[in-house]
Amino acid sequence: MTVTARAEAAPELRPTQRSRAALTTGFVVLVGLLAVVCFFSITMGARGVGLSTIWKAFDDYDPGNASETVIRELRVPRTLIGIFAGAALGLSGAILQGVTRNPLADPGIMGINAGAATFIVFGIMVLGTQSVSTYVWFAFAGAGVATVTVYGIASFGREGATPVKLALAGAAVTAILSSITSAIVMTNVSALNELRFWQVGALAGRYFPVFWQTVPFLALGIVLALGTGRALNGLALGEDLALALGQRVRLTRAIMFVTVAILSGAATAACGPIVFIGLVVPHLARMICGPDYRWILSYSLLLTPIVLLLADIVGRLIISPGELQVGVVIGVLGAPAFILLVRYRNLAEL
Amino acid sequence: MATTLEAPVVRSGRRHRRRRATIVTAALAIIATCLFVLTMMVGSFYVSPIDVVTSVLGLRDDPTNDFIVRDLRLPTATAALAVGLALGLSGVVFQKLLGNPLASPDFVGVSSGASLFAVSSIVIFHASSAAVSGSALLGALLTALLIYVLAWRDGISGYRFILIGIGVSEFMLAIVGYVVSRAQLYEAREAMTWLAGSVGQAGAGELRALLVALVVLLPLALVLERPLRTLELGDDTAKALGSRVELSRLALLAVSIVLIGFSVAVAGPIMFVALIAGPIAVRLTGPSGSVIASALVGAVIVLAADLVAQHLLPTSLPTGVVTGIVGAPYLIWLLATVNREGRGG
Repeated sequence: MTVTARAEAAPELRPTQRSRAALTTGFVVLVGLLAVVCFFSITMGARGVGLSTIWKAFDDYDPGNASETVIRELRVPRTLIGIFAGAALGLSGAILQGVTRNPLADPGIMGINAGAATFIVFGIMVLGTQSVSTYVWFAFAGAGVATVTVYGIASFGREGATPVKLALAGAAVTAILSSITSAIVMTNVSALNELRFWQVGALAGRYFPVFWQTVPFLALGIVLALGTGRALNGLALGEDLALALGQRVRLTRAIMFVTVAILSGAATAACGPIVFIGLVVPHLARMICGPDYRWILSYSLLLTPIVLLLADIVGRLIISPGELQVGVVIGVLGAPAFILLVRYRNLAEL
Repeated sequence: MATTLEAPVVRSGRRHRRRRATIVTAALAIIATCLFVLTMMVGSFYVSPIDVVTSVLGLRDDPTNDFIVRDLRLPTATAALAVGLALGLSGVVFQKLLGNPLASPDFVGVSSGASLFAVSSIVIFHASSAAVSGSALLGALLTALLIYVLAWRDGISGYRFILIGIGVSEFMLAIVGYVVSRAQLYEAREAMTWLAGSVGQAGAGELRALLVALVVLLPLALVLERPLRTLELGDDTAKALGSRVELSRLALLAVSIVLIGFSVAVAGPIMFVALIAGPIAVRLTGPSGSVIASALVGAVIVLAADLVAQHLLPTSLPTGVVTGIVGAPYLIWLLATVNREGRGG
């Protein structure tokens, strides 16, 4: 609606496409950067460990050695979850912004976090579950139910799920779900107690079971997401033009929403609602590589885990030996960085 | 040829829409008034509608009824009405000004600034409720100022304002989450109750401040509705039509931010009213005349939510817990039905 009108009115804000060679080089650099960040994520923390210990932890594991146990049981799973969940958040943010053509779209507007939170507090209230591994299924179910509901409501009517209707349906479903969550939390103290830790979003305390539970979905979603670039480029031209180019707009939209639901549902199940990063990193990627979604998706795939793991490392070091949850770090350090970026660079309109 | 043929059609269409807007607005005003009176009727002691009206207007002297209606129930009912009007109005102004249906003050950071200040004052300083209200107001105004200053670069672009608002909001909410997760459980509970928002917690001082703000700013918002409509067409068009773009935008933002600030001080950050009142009003009235209609929709939602929260549920809950359940299904119904006529966007 208005958003599209503005994008067309301000073509000078669209960044130009960079050369293929430059983008490929950048991609390789990012792969290297991700490897470095992973290394630091495994070695740094309240207990610093060296390279040889990492090697030994997997080659010749000694359960009596605390450093090796920390690596095997804590650092490696949380780093792996960080990589996959980060990639999932970045990709789902990029796709959602492309499909809805709304720069504000993040998985939160699809009701995913609200759905996950509602199901978790419901599980605590009714079944008394108290373990992270059980939350995963509740969170996943909640995210799925919320997404399907939002998409279903938005698809009523002749023109199908238009961006504005999706945004509004998402807001409405979020409103209902949050109301239910607050009502449960207000009357059930143990649900409140669990929710206040879950809702910050963290990589800490996620062990291998959580990783194995979520990684099939994350991997499937990532593969699906990387295939949507061309279709997103078509949608970016506007629905009419995409139709004229022979795209089956409704079908591609539906596929993309399934992808987003899988990605962000699994990511939220794994580490709680970490939203901001999925909103911001795609903007960053677009700033670097220009409007081609195939590149935006590839860059989001690598940039988001880098940012997420960096924030996690900072959270471990900043109040060592305690820890700051990654959600807090992203808000406190990421938001000012984002503000500076918005202030001094023209971000692309969608 | 074509134009001469179309002109009467267009004119009658416009007249039809305007009539529809007037009827809908009047109906909303009547519903809001009825809910306002109903709020003062029900409770552990039933007061008849006639007694409520005579007591509020001071027509008859009846100490029992006067005490129940004026001293016990009028403050809550007035708070619900005023907060609803303020939220509905500022929500729709934000959405139109920034050209995005998701750009409500909740979303763009003003409420989260208020939340941070209030939650910190509850958890860290164990403040009294008046002090919590004061810090919420301070937080809302400071945050709005911060967003405006950060977003200013040779003027304000709606897009930049929204993104910076989200950044600021995320910053504040991260700290709120941290404070709540580190607090004692009973403090966390108190903080969560405040964060849900409730019209019953209003103190007399804050309520009076909100009422004064409404009396001054509501007419001003009506005056500013015309520049708002030209601003919706985009800055360049608005300038060409002779609008003083920057000045009207600043005035509109100031009106809605002050209203939000006072309403948060009175009732806490009642979520979603500002977000859904505008879209509901637009779908009811059509694109014209929706500022006042949106304020009334806000009032209806908050009054109804308070009635549900206080009387229909087994345990009484904060108003903000129910606003989503009361308002959102209606928006969903509108999305599902009105769009068949092709004007839902």
